[in-house]
Amino acid sequence: MMQTRARRWAVAAGMALMAVPVMAVPLMVATGPTAAWGQGRSDLVIGMPLEPPHLDPTAGAAAAIKEVTYANLFETLVRIDATGAMVPGLAQSWTVSADGLSYRFALRPGARFHDGTPCDSAAVKFALDRARGAESVNAQKGYFAAIAAVDTPDPHSVVVTLSRPDGLFLFHLGAGDAAIVSPASAAGNKQKPVGTGPFKFDRWVAGDRVVLTRNPDYDGAKPALERVSFRFISDAAAQIAALKAGDVDAFLQFNAFEALPEFRNDPKFTVSVGTTEGETLLSINNARKPFDDVRVRRALAHAIDRKTLIDGVLYGNGVAIGSHFPPHRDGYVDLTGLYPYDPAKAKALLAEAGYPNGFDTTLRLPPPPYARRSGELIAAMLAEVGVRAAIEPVEWAAWLEKTFKGKDYDLTVIAHTEPLDIDVYARDSYYFNYRNPAFVRLEEELNRTQDAGRRKALYGQQQRMLAEDAVNGFLFMLPSVTVQNAKLSGLWVNRPVQANDLTGVAWK
Amino acid sequence: MTRRDPVSAVPVAVWAGAALVGLLLAVALLSLVWTPYPAEQVRVVARLRPPSAAHWLGTDHFGRDVASMLMVGARNSLAVAAAAVGLGLGLGVPLGLAAAALGRWGDELVARLGDLVFAFPAVLSAILLTAALGAGAVNVVVALGLFNAAVLARVTRGAALAVWRREFVRAALALGRGPLSVTLVHVLPNTLGVVVVQTTVLFAVAIVNEAALSYLGLGIQPPSPSWGKMLGDAQTHLFNAPLQAVFPGLAIALSVLGLTLLGDGLRDWLDPRHRSSGLL
Repeated sequence: MMQTRARRWAVAAGMALMAVPVMAVPLMVATGPTAAWGQGRSDLVIGMPLEPPHLDPTAGAAAAIKEVTYANLFETLVRIDATGAMVPGLAQSWTVSADGLSYRFALRPGARFHDGTPCDSAAVKFALDRARGAESVNAQKGYFAAIAAVDTPDPHSVVVTLSRPDGLFLFHLGAGDAAIVSPASAAGNKQKPVGTGPFKFDRWVAGDRVVLTRNPDYDGAKPALERVSFRFISDAAAQIAALKAGDVDAFLQFNAFEALPEFRNDPKFTVSVGTTEGETLLSINNARKPFDDVRVRRALAHAIDRKTLIDGVLYGNGVAIGSHFPPHRDGYVDLTGLYPYDPAKAKALLAEAGYPNGFDTTLRLPPPPYARRSGELIAAMLAEVGVRAAIEPVEWAAWLEKTFKGKDYDLTVIAHTEPLDIDVYARDSYYFNYRNPAFVRLEEELNRTQDAGRRKALYGQQQRMLAEDAVNGFLFMLPSVTVQNAKLSGLWVNRPVQANDLTGVAWK
Repeated sequence: MTRRDPVSAVPVAVWAGAALVGLLLAVALLSLVWTPYPAEQVRVVARLRPPSAAHWLGTDHFGRDVASMLMVGARNSLAVAAAAVGLGLGLGVPLGLAAAALGRWGDELVARLGDLVFAFPAVLSAILLTAALGAGAVNVVVALGLFNAAVLARVTRGAALAVWRREFVRAALALGRGPLSVTLVHVLPNTLGVVVVQTTVLFAVAIVNEAALSYLGLGIQPPSPSWGKMLGDAQTHLFNAPLQAVFPGLAIALSVLGLTLLGDGLRDWLDPRHRSSGLL
């Protein structure tokens, strides 16, 4: 009898303890440095929050693809460097005709793909024609829309003729989406990418890491690192643990902002907070009731307290925006004062639009912590003015499918990390469902304009138009937070393009 | 070996369990009319405060009052668990009774359906379901309810089969009563004891599973608080605010302990064989 009683108590205690592992797991984190810590290393393990769906930068919108491949595996004609400047890539020089319609690129004569085939003008023509062709699945097909013809006068020269001037053409050729791929291997790049970069693809352990090795045949300056692994860790607590345990040497786009003070106080680590091109939005389906009414959208803008959001989600490491334009870029107009936080005004606008008692809606949230946490706070803020937003957490694939491609959503939170992407508002098919002919006219004029002053003015008008239409809830710029081993040098602080360029990274 | 009077025979475990469950119920009911602060009220400037007179259990990473969140969380936990167990009872008990009454292929069918559900752990099947249908309290209730139904069908069937072999059932059949009437009049009342005990155990399991799913972000959605989500949020604060994890962890552990003690003790107390031994 005593035995059965003891057993019963054990069962009861066991049941209760089932709850404990949930909270105990993170305590088992190893905190000491491992043998991998130290000098004389030529390998590097980089942590990233998201795993790319595949590795072909010319066939997908996911930023993670470019963050693995840009400048490391694949090269572009023009390259964007750590400061956002355009520097030679596969093209060692270029000239633009006076009318802005003809671009001549002189290619690096020694450039070769990892499979040994030369990267000549024929390959460049193939890559550009593929990106703009009818069959193209390029996520930024619009970058190539102005191209009328690609000519190859000799193996090392490419002449691109545009049908209309495009002020951002060179800049867009510097995006990962414009990577030059080989006719021989383009079809297989998703799983086995073959580029011209200083690193070549070694292997991809799905769900865990992508490994690159130094390309011994690279024709330019060879990187200091022999081997680079990108590890994918989405969970914030696991990111902290991986850094502390030395499992990763650096974490890029680190998103456990609450842990930054701790890493700042630890001499083994260096923390940097830089800028990204990531305008973080409360995206609104402008075609769906009641959001087709500008008063409702303005009400949402007044209901959101950006300061609380930046403190609560980013622990202060972010800058508020009032339209779709980063404050660190030329042409920025500060519109953050247009809709000050004012719940009473929001309620009045809702009442005016016919919703005195608010309404029910859904707020779909992709996995990154900035989105989930912003969503939680935004739902609480909207509730204050009577808008009852049911939170719907989804995985990335579901988000891309339903929200981005399917345009079937009410509200969502997402950072738009492509540089200078205000033009998406001129696209009919974009998932905001925003249609404004006046905005499209501004975009067309912008495309025709080379003059820097006029371009700035046009960008300003565009920003103001989007803010006045309250197309989306404009929240903040996503910071680029890097926590790295203090002995590592050369990682980018800012993120002017979707890239983790490791070609200049070395151990001190 | 004298027979004790019923009250003193109630084991200490039952009292302890009842006290914990009573506290849980009281807190959940109280949260309907009063919490120290609105549980969803965000005040980022006052975040991660330690316990104080103003905030008995401190504030969380958004400056919400932890005590208020725990109170509403208790209500949410109980509601989900009650719905999941209710669904299990509504589906499982009739299925189990039917299996015992029909025999042969009916019995086989219910047993195989049960195997299908048991093939996956409850939490895993709940994750699969929420992945397919979307996260949220309703889908969690459905997933846990189906699991509970399978458990209760199996338990009810076992108990019912034993009753079907008893003489008074044979007598009723000989008198011309149909299987439905026998099931309702004789079999059901005699299986209830087992079902009640199983229900308290499933209740505890449902609370843990709901917490696990909310921890993973699949259960009760914010801004409505849940214990599991609070634990999940606490995870990245373990180094700078460890108490964040302690309070929701304790709430889950104590609730489950209470329910388990109560269920286990009740079983002993209700079971005539244990009672007559007088050794409890």
